[in-house]
Amino acid sequence: MYKKNNSLLVYCIFYFLFLYIPVFLLPIFSFNDSFHMVFPLKGFTFDWYIEMWNKARLHKALWNSIKVGVITAIISTFIALFAAKAFTRYRVKYSGLSYGALLLPFIIPEIIIAVAFIVIWTSMGLKLGLIPITISHILYCTPFCLLILISRMDGFDKSLEEASMDLGENIFGTFWRVTFPLLLPGIIASLLLSFVISFDEFILAFFLSSSDQTLPIYMWSQLRFPKKLPHVLALGAIIIVATSFIVMLSYWFRNLGQSNNNRGSHI
Amino acid sequence: MISALQKIYVKNDQLKAYTLLSPALILIIIAMAAPMLVMIITSFNTQISMVEIDRTFTFDRYEDFFSKPIFSMLLFRSLKISFLVTVLTLLTTYPLAYYIAFYVKKNKMLWIILMTLPFWTSYLLRVFSWKVILGNKGVINSALVGSGLIDEPLGFLLYNQGAVVLTLAHAWAAFAILPLYVSLDKIDKSLLEASYDLGNSKFETFIRVTLPLSLPGIIGAILIIFIPTVGDYVTPQMVGGTDGRMLSNMIQSLFGRANNFPLGAASAVLMLSSVCIIAGIVTYITKKLTLRMS
Amino acid sequence: MVNNDFIKLRNISKKFDDVIAVDSLDLDISEGEFFSLLGPSGCGKTTLLRILAGFEYPTTGSVFIDNSDVTNQTPNLRPSNMVFQNYAIFPHINVQRNIEFGLRKEKLSREELNLRVKESLKMVQLEGYEERFSNQLSGGQRQRVALARALVKRPKVLLLDEPLGALDKKLREEMQIELRNLQKELGITFIFVTHDQEEAMTMSDRVAVMNEGKILQISPPKELYNKPVNKFVSEFIGNINLLETSIIDENDKNLTLDILNIGKQDFNKNIFNSKLSENIFVALRPEDISIKKEKIETADINIKGIVKNVSFYGESTYFYVKVEGINKLLMVSNFVDQVSINENDECSLGINLENIKLVS
Repeated sequence: MYKKNNSLLVYCIFYFLFLYIPVFLLPIFSFNDSFHMVFPLKGFTFDWYIEMWNKARLHKALWNSIKVGVITAIISTFIALFAAKAFTRYRVKYSGLSYGALLLPFIIPEIIIAVAFIVIWTSMGLKLGLIPITISHILYCTPFCLLILISRMDGFDKSLEEASMDLGENIFGTFWRVTFPLLLPGIIASLLLSFVISFDEFILAFFLSSSDQTLPIYMWSQLRFPKKLPHVLALGAIIIVATSFIVMLSYWFRNLGQSNNNRGSHI
Repeated sequence: MISALQKIYVKNDQLKAYTLLSPALILIIIAMAAPMLVMIITSFNTQISMVEIDRTFTFDRYEDFFSKPIFSMLLFRSLKISFLVTVLTLLTTYPLAYYIAFYVKKNKMLWIILMTLPFWTSYLLRVFSWKVILGNKGVINSALVGSGLIDEPLGFLLYNQGAVVLTLAHAWAAFAILPLYVSLDKIDKSLLEASYDLGNSKFETFIRVTLPLSLPGIIGAILIIFIPTVGDYVTPQMVGGTDGRMLSNMIQSLFGRANNFPLGAASAVLMLSSVCIIAGIVTYITKKLTLRMS
Repeated sequence: MVNNDFIKLRNISKKFDDVIAVDSLDLDISEGEFFSLLGPSGCGKTTLLRILAGFEYPTTGSVFIDNSDVTNQTPNLRPSNMVFQNYAIFPHINVQRNIEFGLRKEKLSREELNLRVKESLKMVQLEGYEERFSNQLSGGQRQRVALARALVKRPKVLLLDEPLGALDKKLREEMQIELRNLQKELGITFIFVTHDQEEAMTMSDRVAVMNEGKILQISPPKELYNKPVNKFVSEFIGNINLLETSIIDENDKNLTLDILNIGKQDFNKNIFNSKLSENIFVALRPEDISIKKEKIETADINIKGIVKNVSFYGESTYFYVKVEGINKLLMVSNFVDQVSINENDECSLGINLENIKLVS
């Protein structure tokens, strides 16, 4: 019944182009020897990459983004790990309610969370900066981590943990010898993806930053000036390649040791 | 004493479960519920100077919001744009998810990865890329002018609501593809064969069986696209121009140059509550419509 | 000297929210016994096994194993080991490491470990599979690994949760015999949960039939078949015909019953296993009814009927017979088709009074 459908396939290819052309455009112009992003291309150059290398503010912003991203990834993965265990291994009362609440940050417009953060932060007389950015990123990333880890935990049977308890291991031994190794690919995927999300996140960082810039804010501030545009394109090209690589890696990890029937669940 | 407590703990699954859930719940309370509560409270206050806010309770900010037509107009436009984005994204990604679920036999994962990979790459750069594509000196216009098809660049491509809708539909595609694919892939193929066998054509089978069974995916996609896009800031700012300005741009200026936190908070509250109500209605209608058709 | 209450359950109940899975139940199991918990799904047998293992804690009551109260002990501290329904072979480590998983606390040397693993693999006839991973094993082999992994701990009690359910028929029958032999050889108490009555009957020393959280009967297999205590057990174990009846007269020794189509009969009260109640049934095993074309002289009671259906099962043939006044078709079995009776033939059914059971 479902052998071939060429018209759908053609549609898919067009959609594919629609998805990818905007992504590939920037890296192409990052090698273009001109300030203007106009076809035809002028000439090939590495200048913008060299210029990028010499921007001190960019280095600072990159370092900030990495700091925020790493802390966010570790904390949100840990929080999600415990929550995923609770949801998949116990019959929790009001589990639907808590599950819904934990996924909310994923749905609520980021600008609302940003505004709410500004209001509470300033009303407490605290200074905006990397700390509120990190906290809001943890909030925003936890639902992603939770979904990844829940699907991973659903992928192996509760009886494996019970078997370990039955064979004499206590809760910690069971976690260390059974749960953790089986979850490890999911944990790595969760760390990688939450890092990518935090690293790319703009709105929360834009509202909550003060003098400390993260990389997306640095790019935003440079995009307005045509003269500074090319080195942002170079930076963007590197970011696109790097995040694609990290995401591919995380997908690979997520499917590691996963049985075939469980491959349907993503995000 | 300790061992007695231990005994209670070991036997009580609820206690164990909520211990494990507590970090997440604390996070939600501290980083989401509390700030939003303060935001709601602030929306009933008054800004009296750069840094000072009068905490007396008042409805004035809501009155301000509705007395200046620009606010309602921007709110309405934001809702309209995110509704259009949702519809456009669903219509364009459904065939894709359908193809992957039913026709792709090998390497389904690879297809899914390829279709969702752009989502993970910098949002800012993707939106900027659309500006480059649609601009007066952009890719499309320079190609058209260069090839001699037109003399003047097409001005209507950029800086309007259409550009915002297109850009957002591109940016949020992954959020539609994934839930749609998951719900379509779950459908037992023998159900479709049964419908075929019982005399329905392929099209009737689609309308009467496939579509209603993919409803959870459709509703999921509606919720995770409609609600967040209403508050998008980057896209209207970059490709929207005056025609494509949305409420979020206004909110940003209320927290920036205009420096009116209470009015900004009131706008945010109204934005969130209206989008939630409309999302609820849209979900309800979608459910009814799909089930009616089958 | 055999310890008759090696495992002791006293007043065990388990409630899940509002559902009562196990209902104030007492049970004693002797040392070295092969004991089966048999019942339909949802009868509480698995919950009971999980209470024994320590995965569920009873709402009321106590569990004793070898004279020590283990009610509040976590599974890792109990002297029991379990073979899981889906085997629960750790997929991230190989067979060797799966089997030595539970031996870490014993602080054995590498040589000792290897010896123990080898021994236990030999026990389940799986030598040479040390390096394999779970996904490289067949269902039957996984089952053996699960068995070896539990037995290598030398448990006092082995708990088996429908371990043969996922195997195909032939392999299942082989494993039944192997399990039984292994149990005899090791002398370990086996507690076996199953919904398959044949499985329980062929392997066990005693079987407990459970329904709705209660144990209805604990007996050796033969007794279970021949003397079911009530209607549920009689129907659950093997095939049976149940005929409605009513009590006409009763004295100290005898009951007089009116059986549809058969008429009044006197019965000695001691063949009646259940408690007396209004709703009693005459129960007849298919093999306790003989069938011929003509009247059966040796039988106490003869009934006429029409054969509606004949099913040939190889070693026996089943006849489904319509008898006037009885709603259901009577099931009659016969070893090898000695009588050539076809569908729609008239026939005579013979019953001997001593074969009649009464249940309620």
